Amino acid sequence: MSVYDWPRDVHAAFRSKAVRQIGTVPDAGLTRLLDLCHADDAMSVMTLTREDEGIGLVTGAWLGGERAALAMQSSGVGNVINALSLPAVLKIPCLMLVTMRGQWGEANGWQVPMGRATPEVLEAMGVTVYSVDHAEDVGEAVSAAADMAFHGGIATAVLIGQRVIGAKAFKTKGEGR
Amino acid sequence: MSDLMAKDGRFDRRALVAQLLQDRGDALVVGGLGASTWDLAAADLDERNVYLWGGMGLACSIGLGLALAQPKRRVLVFTGDGEMMMGIGSLAAIAAAAPDNLAILVLDNQAFGETGRQTGLSAGPTDIARMAEGAGLVETMTLGTAGDLPALKELLYERSGPVLAVAKIALTDDPLVLPTNNGAAMAARFRAALGLES
Repeated sequence: MSVYDWPRDVHAAFRSKAVRQIGTVPDAGLTRLLDLCHADDAMSVMTLTREDEGIGLVTGAWLGGERAALAMQSSGVGNVINALSLPAVLKIPCLMLVTMRGQWGEANGWQVPMGRATPEVLEAMGVTVYSVDHAEDVGEAVSAAADMAFHGGIATAVLIGQRVIGAKAFKTKGEGR
Repeated sequence: MSDLMAKDGRFDRRALVAQLLQDRGDALVVGGLGASTWDLAAADLDERNVYLWGGMGLACSIGLGLALAQPKRRVLVFTGDGEMMMGIGSLAAIAAAAPDNLAILVLDNQAFGETGRQTGLSAGPTDIARMAEGAGLVETMTLGTAGDLPALKELLYERSGPVLAVAKIALTDDPLVLPTNNGAAMAARFRAALGLES
């Protein structure tokens, strides 16, 4: 597991790109980033029941003149498919940050199908996807995805690989460490 | 304008929406997918309306993002019972964010009017206003008669939000009044009306 503080870089990227609203259904990998955003008076963090609400939030924010982003786990990408019609049809920005499950060392097989399908599903809905597997690259990828979204009026997603975040531990009897 | 109450004692949706938008001031209005958006177009083709031809379940979430971005303006969401039920969880996020300028009106005909009038869940024991109350909205009401209209107007325009009202409306055959289905043009016009670059 990386010790590099990528959430600090993402928070800095959000700040420099003037992201004001962050919708989220939290994930373990997002904890520190969400803490940083909560502590920032320039940002509002909205906890959602379903990730597709975040696409609505981002859409409304843009129509009203604010920049927003959606942060979620890869399983949540399955919940946003139809909602992604909004940025596609309105030709407006939609910035997404996705922490991956079902990849490197995943011990919960139930996470694997959606994890495997995540990039394909996003791309099928017209989203430009950046997959990042090194902690040092995450902040830069978020800045690049934000520029593409906010200046190009498109949907972009940064997928943060499980190798960056670390696999969730499910220790059973007999397994050490 | 047609009568506010339809023959079966429920509200006429077109007359109700038209009356509510008569004195809208600088309010921004989001119309939920389907008939609510057609109502909005029939009543008041205004650049400060968001017309939704898709994204079922997201009208209130769009209203939330908009209300937070435009805190000095009233933001109204007019949507149907099926659309509201699909996004019912969004009321919890709205209650938590607590934008005091957001008001929601559910036009409840207890049916999926756009897809063949199949019976909706609000025809049964489900009470949308009570679900909104449970989600933590500041104030809710269910309209009974035309006499409730002043209270509804006050709730939607004056009371501290987020608030939600349910109007039981009749199933009617209304002339189709379609706003533009060009979402990009609609979004650009909406932003321009707010002085934002498109």
